[in-house]
Amino acid sequence: MTCREFIEFLMEYLLSEVDREKFDAHLAVCPSCVTYLKTYQETVKVGKAVFADPNETLPEEPPEDLIKAILAARSKRS
Amino acid sequence: MNQADANPMDAAAWTDDEARLLTALRAGDDLAFERLVRDHSGRMLAVAQRFLRNSEDARDVVQEAFIAAFRSLNSFEGSARLSTWLHRIVINAALMKLRSRRRVPEDSIEDLLPKFLEDGHQVHPSREWRRSSEEMMQDEQTRGLVRSCIERLPEAYRTVLILRDLEELDTQEAATLLGITENAVKIRLHRARQALRGLLDPHFRGGGA
Repeated sequence: MTCREFIEFLMEYLLSEVDREKFDAHLAVCPSCVTYLKTYQETVKVGKAVFADPNETLPEEPPEDLIKAILAARSKRS
Repeated sequence: MNQADANPMDAAAWTDDEARLLTALRAGDDLAFERLVRDHSGRMLAVAQRFLRNSEDARDVVQEAFIAAFRSLNSFEGSARLSTWLHRIVINAALMKLRSRRRVPEDSIEDLLPKFLEDGHQVHPSREWRRSSEEMMQDEQTRGLVRSCIERLPEAYRTVLILRDLEELDTQEAATLLGITENAVKIRLHRARQALRGLLDPHFRGGGA
C-alpha cells in the first residue's frame, strides 16, 4: 500500500469499512502516514470544537426584531 | 424538497411540556407560537449563519423556516423532538438559500488536497503538530484561525463538513438533504477534512526534517 492509497481510503479505515490489516501494515513502516492520521483526527476535533464553543455562537437571546417579524409573518398568513 | 418534509429520523422521548406546547400550537394559540419562536430562533439563527456566513441571509432563512414549520404543524407526526424537527427545517432552508445564491470564485478542492509523487509517497511528508487539539482550542486566536480555514473550503465541501461533523447529521440524512448519493457525501466529507487539515497544517506543524 502507498501513502496515496492510505490517505485516499483513510476515512473508510477509521470507520472500519475496509480490511484494516493492510492499513496497519502500512502504518507500521510509514511515520509520515502515522502523523497524517493523527493530524487528520485532530482536524476533525478542532473543527467540531470551534463551533461547539458557546462563546463562538450567537447569544442566547435572539434579536427581538426578528422574533417580531416571524410572528407578524404568521399573523399575516392567518 | 419541501422544507416541511425534513422530518428527522431520531425519535426521542417527548416531555409533557412539549406535548402541551404542540397541542396549543395546533389550536393556534398566539402565546404558544411566541414561545416556540423565542425558545428556538437563537439556535436556528446560529445554524443558518454557519451555512450562509451572512447575517441578513441567515435571518431570512430562519423566518422562512418558521413559516414552513407553522405550515406543517398539522402534518408533524411527533416522531422527533420539536427542536430536532426545527433544526432539520432550518438546515433545509439554509441549503435552499445556498443553492439560490450566485456563485462566488473559490479555491479548487484539488489545490487543497495532499500531493503525491509518482511512487505514491507524499510530496511533503507529514509533520507532527506543535499542540494538541485541546490545547489549540484554549486560544481564541487559534479558534478564529480554524473558523476562517473552514470558511475557505469550497462551498460544496464546507456544506458537507458542517452537516456531518458540526450538525451531526448521518450520511443518509445529509445525502437526502443535498440530493446526492451517500457515497458522494462520504467522498466530499473526506476531501473537506483533508483540505481543512491542509489549510491548518502550515500554521500548526512543528519544525524538523
